[in-house]
Amino acid sequence: MVARLLSLQSWKRGLWSLLRLGLIVGLSFVIIYPILQKIATAIKDKTDLYSPIVIWVPEHFTWDNFRQAIRIMDYWTTLGNTFTLSAMTTVLTAISCAFAGYGFARLKFKGSNLLFAGVILTILVPPTTILIPVYLNLKDLNLLNTQWPFILTSLTANSMKAGLYIFIFRQFFRGIPKEVEEAAYIDGAGVSKTFGRIMLPNALPAIVTVLLFAFVWQWNDSFYTTTYLTTSKVMSIQLSSLPYNLGIMLSDGVSSRADPFYQSMVLDTGMLLAIVPLILIYIFVQRYFVESVERTGIVG
Amino acid sequence: MRLLAKLRLSRRTYAQTKAMWGFIYVLPWLIGFIFFFFVPLISSLRFSLSKVEANSGGIIVNFIGFKNYAEALTVHTSFNRILTESITNMVVNVPLIVIFSLFLAVLLNQKFIGRTLARAIFFLPVILASGVIMALDSTSLVQAVNDSNAGGPVVGGLSSFELSMMMEDAGVSESVINYLTGAVDRIYQIVSQSGVQILIFLAGIQTISPQLYEASKMEGATGYEAFWKITLPMVSPLILVNVVYTIIDSFSRNAMTDLIKETGFTTFNFGLSSAMAWIYFLAVSLILLISSYLISRKVFYYD
Repeated sequence: MVARLLSLQSWKRGLWSLLRLGLIVGLSFVIIYPILQKIATAIKDKTDLYSPIVIWVPEHFTWDNFRQAIRIMDYWTTLGNTFTLSAMTTVLTAISCAFAGYGFARLKFKGSNLLFAGVILTILVPPTTILIPVYLNLKDLNLLNTQWPFILTSLTANSMKAGLYIFIFRQFFRGIPKEVEEAAYIDGAGVSKTFGRIMLPNALPAIVTVLLFAFVWQWNDSFYTTTYLTTSKVMSIQLSSLPYNLGIMLSDGVSSRADPFYQSMVLDTGMLLAIVPLILIYIFVQRYFVESVERTGIVG
Repeated sequence: MRLLAKLRLSRRTYAQTKAMWGFIYVLPWLIGFIFFFFVPLISSLRFSLSKVEANSGGIIVNFIGFKNYAEALTVHTSFNRILTESITNMVVNVPLIVIFSLFLAVLLNQKFIGRTLARAIFFLPVILASGVIMALDSTSLVQAVNDSNAGGPVVGGLSSFELSMMMEDAGVSESVINYLTGAVDRIYQIVSQSGVQILIFLAGIQTISPQLYEASKMEGATGYEAFWKITLPMVSPLILVNVVYTIIDSFSRNAMTDLIKETGFTTFNFGLSSAMAWIYFLAVSLILLISSYLISRKVFYYD
C-alpha cells in the first residue's frame, strides 16, 4: 500500500520534471532562436537566400556578409566609440548613483524623503516629456554632438534610468546591518571612509548589477544617442542607418533599387556584430550577475 | 561664508555630521535633478501651453493656452490612434508579462539539472531585447522568409488554432480565448520583455524563509497549495513593483515615443510635441495610479 502510494508520488514527480524540462527547453529555444537564425543568415551566401532547400545550414558558406557589414558600419571605429561612451557613462553613473543611494539610505537629513520622492518621479516621467527642453538647453550651450551631455548627466546621476540605479543602491545599502557601520564609526572612521572602505565592498552585488544594466542599456540605446550625437559613429546609430547606407552603396546612390532581402541579410549580420561584444561580456559576468541579483535587494 | 565658519566653529553632533554628509552625497544628484529634470519638466509644461517658434536667434514662446492639446486630440491625424494603441498594448501586456514572469521565477527557483544554464538563458533578453536591436528585429525580412521556408513560423508555430477550438468547446468566452491565444502567438515578445521581472521575482522568492514551506509540508499542504498560500502572498509586494517596472519599461519601445520625437525633431513643432508628451504622461500616470491602487489593496506585507 505504502509502496503503491510512493510510486504514485514518484510518478507525479517524474511527470512534473518532464513537463518542466519541456517548458524550459521550449522557452529557452524561443529566446535563443533569433540568435541562431542570425548566425545562420550571416554565414549564408546570397544565392542561398532564395534556395528552397537551405534553411539552417548554408550551401555556400561565406564570410562576405561580415565583411560587408564591417565595412559599412565602420565596425572597429564604431566599436571603439561605443565602448568608450558606454564604459564612461557606466562608471560615472555607478559612482554618482552609489553616492546618492547611500545618502538616501543611511545619511538622513531634513527633506531627504522629499528628495527621494523626486528620484521616484524621475523614474516615472517618460523621458520623451523632458527631451525637447533638455535638447534646446544643450543646443544653447553648444554641447550637442559631443560627449558632454552623457558625461554631465551621468556625473549628476541623471542619465538613462539612473533613478532605477539609485533605487537599487538605496535598497541594498538599507539591507546592510547598521552594526557594521557603527563599528566603523566607533573605530574612528569618518563618513567617507566608512562608505569607501566598509559599505562599498559590501555592496559588490549591487555594483555589478548596476554596471551591467548601465552598460548594456547605454550600448543599445538609440533614444538619447540619436538626439545628442547625430554625427558620431556609435553602434546604435550605425545599426539603424545600416540598411540605408548599404542601399546607397549597392546601387550607386539610389537606395530603393537595392535588393531588400540582401539588405536585410546584411542588417542581420550587423546586428549580430553589435551584440557579440555584449554576449561576450555577459558570458563572463553572467554567473556573478545571476547569483548577485538574488542578493541585490531590489526586493525592498 | 558665514555658514561655513559657523559649521567649522561649533562642534557638530554626530547626527548633524551625518546629515551634512548625506546632503553632500546627494548633492550631485540634486544638481542634475534640477538642471536635467525639474527645469526641463517645467519648461516642457510651458511649451505645451505655448506656440514655440525656433529661428536663428533662439526660440520665441507665446502663450496660447490649451490649443496644442486640442490640436493633438482633435486635429492630428494619428495621435489618438497611436495613444489608444500604446495604452491598450500596455494594459494587455502588463498582466501577461507579470504572470508569466512569476511562473517562470517559481520554475527557475526549483532544483533541476542545468539550472544555472537555464537562468543564464532566461536573463539573456535583458541584454538583447533593449533599444535598437529590439526595434530592428521586428523588421527583419530574412527572418520572415526563413519562417515561410520552414513551413510556417517556428516560434508561435504551436498553432494556437487547436487550442482555441478546445477552449471554445469547453465554453470559455471568446474574448478570453483571443487574449490567451494572442499571448501564445506573441510568446517571444513576452519572454523577451520579462527578463528583469523574472529577476525581481526570483530574488523575492529566495527571501521567503524555508521554514514556512517546511511547516506547511508537515501540515500536509501540496506544492500547489504552498504556492497560493505562501509564495503568492509573500511576493505580492513585488507584483506591484513589477507592474510599475513593466509600464515604465514600455516607454522605451512604443509608437508613442516615436511620434513625440518625430513631431519635435522632424517637423519642429515643439509645442505640439510637448503637449503630446504631457497627454501621454497623464494617461500613463492614470494607469499607474489605478493599478497601484487595485494591487495595493490585495498586497500582503509581512510586517
